Amino acid sequence: MGQPRVIIIGAGPAGVRCAETLVAAGLRPIVVDENRRDGGQIYRRQPDNFTRPYDKLYGTEAERAQALHASFDALRGKVDYMPETLAWNIFGGKLHVVRDQRSRSLPYDALVICSGATDRLMPVKGWHYAGTYSLGAAQIALKAQACSIGRRVVFMGTGPLLYLVASQYVKAGADVAAVLDTSPLMRRLAALPKLLARPAVLRNGLALVSYLKRAGVQVLTGITPVEITGSAEDGVRGVVIRDNRGHERSFECDAVGMGYHLRPETQLADLARCTFRFDHETRQWLPEVGEDGRTSVPGVYLAGDGMKVLGADAAEIGGRLAALAVLKDFKFMVSDDELQGLRAEQAKMDRFRRGLAQAFPWPAQQAAALPDDAVVCRCEVVTAGDLRRTVREMGAQEANRAKALCRVGMGRCQGRYCGHAGAEIIAHAAGVPLEQVGRLRGQAPVKPLSMAVREEVE
Amino acid sequence: MSALKADVIIVGGGIMGASSAFFLRQRGLSVILLERGLIGQQASGVNFGNTRRMGRPIEQLPLSNRSREIWLKFKELFGTDVELLLNGHLRAGFTPAHEERMVKYAEEAKSFGIGMQMLGTKTLHERFPYLAPEITTGCYAPHDGHANPRLAAPAIGRAAVRAGAQVFENTEMTSLEKDGGDFVATTADGRIFRAPVALVTAGAWGNRISTHFGEPVPMIAKSPQMCVTEPVPYAIGPTIGAIAETFEQVVYFRQVARGNIVIGGGGHEPADIDKRRAYVNPARTLYKLKSAPRVMPAFDHLHIIRVWGGIEGYMDDSRPAMGPSARVPGLFYAFGFSGEGFQLGPGVGEVMAELIATGATSTPIECYHIGRFATPVANAA
Repeated sequence: MGQPRVIIIGAGPAGVRCAETLVAAGLRPIVVDENRRDGGQIYRRQPDNFTRPYDKLYGTEAERAQALHASFDALRGKVDYMPETLAWNIFGGKLHVVRDQRSRSLPYDALVICSGATDRLMPVKGWHYAGTYSLGAAQIALKAQACSIGRRVVFMGTGPLLYLVASQYVKAGADVAAVLDTSPLMRRLAALPKLLARPAVLRNGLALVSYLKRAGVQVLTGITPVEITGSAEDGVRGVVIRDNRGHERSFECDAVGMGYHLRPETQLADLARCTFRFDHETRQWLPEVGEDGRTSVPGVYLAGDGMKVLGADAAEIGGRLAALAVLKDFKFMVSDDELQGLRAEQAKMDRFRRGLAQAFPWPAQQAAALPDDAVVCRCEVVTAGDLRRTVREMGAQEANRAKALCRVGMGRCQGRYCGHAGAEIIAHAAGVPLEQVGRLRGQAPVKPLSMAVREEVE
Repeated sequence: MSALKADVIIVGGGIMGASSAFFLRQRGLSVILLERGLIGQQASGVNFGNTRRMGRPIEQLPLSNRSREIWLKFKELFGTDVELLLNGHLRAGFTPAHEERMVKYAEEAKSFGIGMQMLGTKTLHERFPYLAPEITTGCYAPHDGHANPRLAAPAIGRAAVRAGAQVFENTEMTSLEKDGGDFVATTADGRIFRAPVALVTAGAWGNRISTHFGEPVPMIAKSPQMCVTEPVPYAIGPTIGAIAETFEQVVYFRQVARGNIVIGGGGHEPADIDKRRAYVNPARTLYKLKSAPRVMPAFDHLHIIRVWGGIEGYMDDSRPAMGPSARVPGLFYAFGFSGEGFQLGPGVGEVMAELIATGATSTPIECYHIGRFATPVANAA
């Protein structure tokens, strides 16, 4: 047998470090990435004609970003790099990719999925008005295009990204009306022992908060979102919340950046038929992973935030670990010391991850409290009331059943935005544990597939 | 454990089982329906959704017409709007040979009230200007249409429950035996159900039960493969199917009122009935991307947002096993509809209820009798 054919999906921190480790062992992996340039979401590289310096773009993470970009630049010629390429399906030991309207199937012996994470979203009444973005989208607008999502922006949700994006906006000169966090301060204090697993990161996080306050931005914790006001014609006009004392307050703005920490992008793992398990800590279904990113499917590995949201530094470690797992499984010599060292570091990262999950919890109770007229599924315009009726009057107690009967999660995002909240609403209305509601079955394509795509004849 | 008794046990809660339960209740018989998963979750819920009659074998048209009558009063009977849209069905062809085929069928099926109209090139393109210029001939059935399969069987199931049927979902039957005069069904969780009559409506899984009663059928499980576009303004009207030279080139599509276009074709994928889930082969999605714009070039501007497939039982003569058992008194079958069952579903339920309640049916179904598969050896046994 020749060299194993390894495909890495994603050229973010996990994918780049994975490729680097495989190249060092003498392999030539294929790196498939949806973006035009490497770096992933967090270290997204700006277009060629943009000249913003690293410290402006990446703040405290400038060095890490620069190092990752340099590493990938050094891999040119040693990997088969396929940018602007969508991995849209996995079937029969082949990865199906599309670039320039051509579909190709790439056979693999090992597939390392480094698909990253996107915002975890909790609907709020009015979130379908133009001007409501995820935090990730707000960040992409800024990083890739040097654009703000609005003239006056409210950031609402919870998690470290809330503070990071808000401070990046302030730094870029945008008018940030408020930062509204649903997690109460007490939770963060309680999570401190776990967060101290990475003191430097904790310090950076605290610095962001004080930076925002010094810049005069209102930062409220323990809030409850009530509504995004606006109209179909003019979009977002403001945000109404209840503060931690129960007083209703409103903030004028023309854009909202929203997100409740992150969720792994798991459709590819699903299409590869990996087993999933319910994670009680974060109330979501995640692919089952064994040591070093091995999944339940031989030859399929996960690394980075697409496996579990551990953050960028851990993604770099995870990428290396998954590469070592591939090498080990294909009988290459692997240094046990290196493996042990990486695992020990990863354990620290995991402790910190649990701290974050505790400090910035998913506000499950908000799903249950959503008014009936709030849209849950934006693609198919399914309201919380529609979903509750499907449960109560049509007996749907399972996610796919509810989808079949009322279209929740059936639209072009395939439930990536509304799936978690939809499941919470079903569970609450049916009076069953969330776990029992199950998860939406993943179906290809991972993202909408142009019908002008033709199969490439080789 | 004491057994729950009824007049009829139905095994399998697809559209056949659900409508049989409903119509048996209408005739006053008590019904137990056992469904391993959820009502209409398998092929009944994930098929293309065609309610066409045109193109069906001539011998099937009386049954298909009977079913149509029920579809027309679906909401009234079952209490749910299942997005039935009767904007016609268009069969499109590319060659004079295709035209000949369509003319022949229209002639043969003339007396069944489908109202088929052959359309010449000019009329065809005037009425359906989005068709590709290569399409030169068409046969239009103005009263055919489509409905939403995700909603239909569950709606009939709920109506059956309201009518007094005892429907057990998530209930896996592990054995069905004839014990004296009664059929005894045992479930995985140890429950026991008895009835003097058993009706097997287990779709692609039906052969397991018929084989158990000495009546194996030549049926394989395959998965028709579907995909759907994003919603676009409603414009197409009829369901359209194009004649193709190979299975891979087959394509048919329908636009739902919301605007999405559901596309089927590209051949069938082998399916594993033990897995209970069909997977979509990307090659079959790509076949559709190639053949759909050959019928309607504007497809090239749309996107596929999702694909899916169901598990369907295909008989080697493409005809279902429908009617009484040839060997076991009290045992009835209605499965193996070979990819054509959705439109027939309500009619099959009504016919099976009639047959079970009265011992006969006014709709001709003799050619579907399972006895046609009996081998001399099986008969000797």
